[in-house]
Amino acid sequence: MSVITRTLPTKSRREGAALKKMWRAAAYFTLIVGSIISLIPFLWMLTSSFKDASKIFVDPPQWWPDPWLWSNYTKAFAKMPFALYTWNTVKITAVCLVGQLLSCSLVAFGFARMRFPGRDVLFILLLSTMMLPAQVTMIPVFKIWATLGAYDTFIPLTVPAFFASAFFVFLLRQYFMTIPHEMDEAARIDGASTWQVYWKVLLPQARPALATVAIFSFMAHWNDFLGPLIYLSTPARRTLALGLYAFQGQYSTDWNYLMAASTVTMLPLLVLFFVGQRYFIQGVVISGVKG
Amino acid sequence: MIAKRKSRLARKEAIEGFVCIAPWLFGFAFFTLGPVIFSFIMSLSKWDMINPPKFVGFANYATILTDDFRFRQSLKVTAIYAGTAVPLGLVCSLALAMLLNLNLKGMRIFRSIFYIPAILPGVAVSMVWLMVFRYQGGIFNTLLGMVGIAPVKWLTSTEMALPSFVIMSLWGVGGGMIIYLAGLQSVPTQLYEAAEIDGAGSWAKFRTVTLPMISPTIFFNLIMGIIGSFQVFTSSFIMTQGGPAYATLFYVLYLYQKAFKYLQMGYACALAWILFGVILLLTLIVFRSSAAWVYYEAELKK
Repeated sequence: MSVITRTLPTKSRREGAALKKMWRAAAYFTLIVGSIISLIPFLWMLTSSFKDASKIFVDPPQWWPDPWLWSNYTKAFAKMPFALYTWNTVKITAVCLVGQLLSCSLVAFGFARMRFPGRDVLFILLLSTMMLPAQVTMIPVFKIWATLGAYDTFIPLTVPAFFASAFFVFLLRQYFMTIPHEMDEAARIDGASTWQVYWKVLLPQARPALATVAIFSFMAHWNDFLGPLIYLSTPARRTLALGLYAFQGQYSTDWNYLMAASTVTMLPLLVLFFVGQRYFIQGVVISGVKG
Repeated sequence: MIAKRKSRLARKEAIEGFVCIAPWLFGFAFFTLGPVIFSFIMSLSKWDMINPPKFVGFANYATILTDDFRFRQSLKVTAIYAGTAVPLGLVCSLALAMLLNLNLKGMRIFRSIFYIPAILPGVAVSMVWLMVFRYQGGIFNTLLGMVGIAPVKWLTSTEMALPSFVIMSLWGVGGGMIIYLAGLQSVPTQLYEAAEIDGAGSWAKFRTVTLPMISPTIFFNLIMGIIGSFQVFTSSFIMTQGGPAYATLFYVLYLYQKAFKYLQMGYACALAWILFGVILLLTLIVFRSSAAWVYYEAELKK
């Protein structure tokens, strides 16, 4: 672009530069306004979580808590066992994370590296299952778990993770395809078995893709609401999302506590986002560009 | 000898291959194929999950299509929502992505700010929006009050409840924005340079270079947007329970109510199949139309 600018006469170049500056200013302005709009609900949540309940919906609005009531958090935790809910959520999320990393990478390895009859047809079948809305299978799967006596346990929420999910398999398979075959062959000449190739050669190479799967799996299970809503009934087994919903049902007027609980529910994801931002963005990009 | 050994190796590889994909094969059988067949049979039955199902043929479908006000209402609500939230979302996320693509300082910070709402738990986000939309003292009405406009009944009036959900959906455009940003960054700069030499202005460059080059990305976001908007559940479940007067009765919310509130499981299965049909039909239409407006570079190379 710079080459072209240089060939232009001086006057129009100066005008062009001025115009460009104006555009930049306009762009910044729009982005900043957009950011403010984007952030206001969060800030409102955060400040409300420190306010006295009577100060939240006042006219004129109180933008800054006065006084800061840190006790809202301890009170919210006293009204409902959010520590327990957090622990439940951590357990479910962690088990699903491990299950999906293992099962999806193994299945993806099979599709990317092994030759067996019907492989391509099966892979297309796998891809086509992504089209099926979860609502179609929701009720029968519920019935299966209920018949097996797994209603009101974590089993229906965790065990399916060990049976691979189509999207993650697709994502990992595409990544494995980019790893050169020479690596496996060298290992095989050294006497490595299929499982050693999978575990010692391909998995370490695929770390970035595995990180993306891990993050998306974490996000999906931490945020899941419909699953816990359908399967869990005992209050002590609630997840954070479900607990938050129950809390709203019981203390719908205690907005300060509700916002404290909401903040606590969002916090792990915010931390995760800032730690693994690269993998978040990579995951979205892979799903969009290659899908 | 060699041929025999080779075939033995191939057999070993095939067996190991099936072992690798076994988790998915089992999952497919138990969590997809079996339930799909079961769900279809149940959609032809009257079933409350407590008593044995009773076969009724296509009666559920007939009732849904001819004599179910709430089905028609939920389909209408979902279609209106999809028809407004999807195009608005496409335009807004593309606009944001183009701004971020200007190589401005602080691009990464803006990108994070816009993307974060897309990753947060739906329940917590819904709680926050309940406050934002609140009639008395909510953010929107407070801001409107500052410029002298009378407060609006966002979630509690039949006219404004659905538009409120559309507004809320715009808050989550960050996901689409990131996909666009990747698409924009992969447009070769030579194309812009060539267009400039031909005397193209900003608008002409956008129309003749940017749009065709990112049309596959638009296509992807359009499909995902349609599928996503037909599956809205958490926000309407938490914020309005479908009210007021069914104004926000989204399709999946109605399906959930039929299944787990009224225990009409067979009926709900039929609703799920109709949902699948609608999504499939819309996806097919978009796919069919894509030949006319989606530009794939690889096609030209052939």
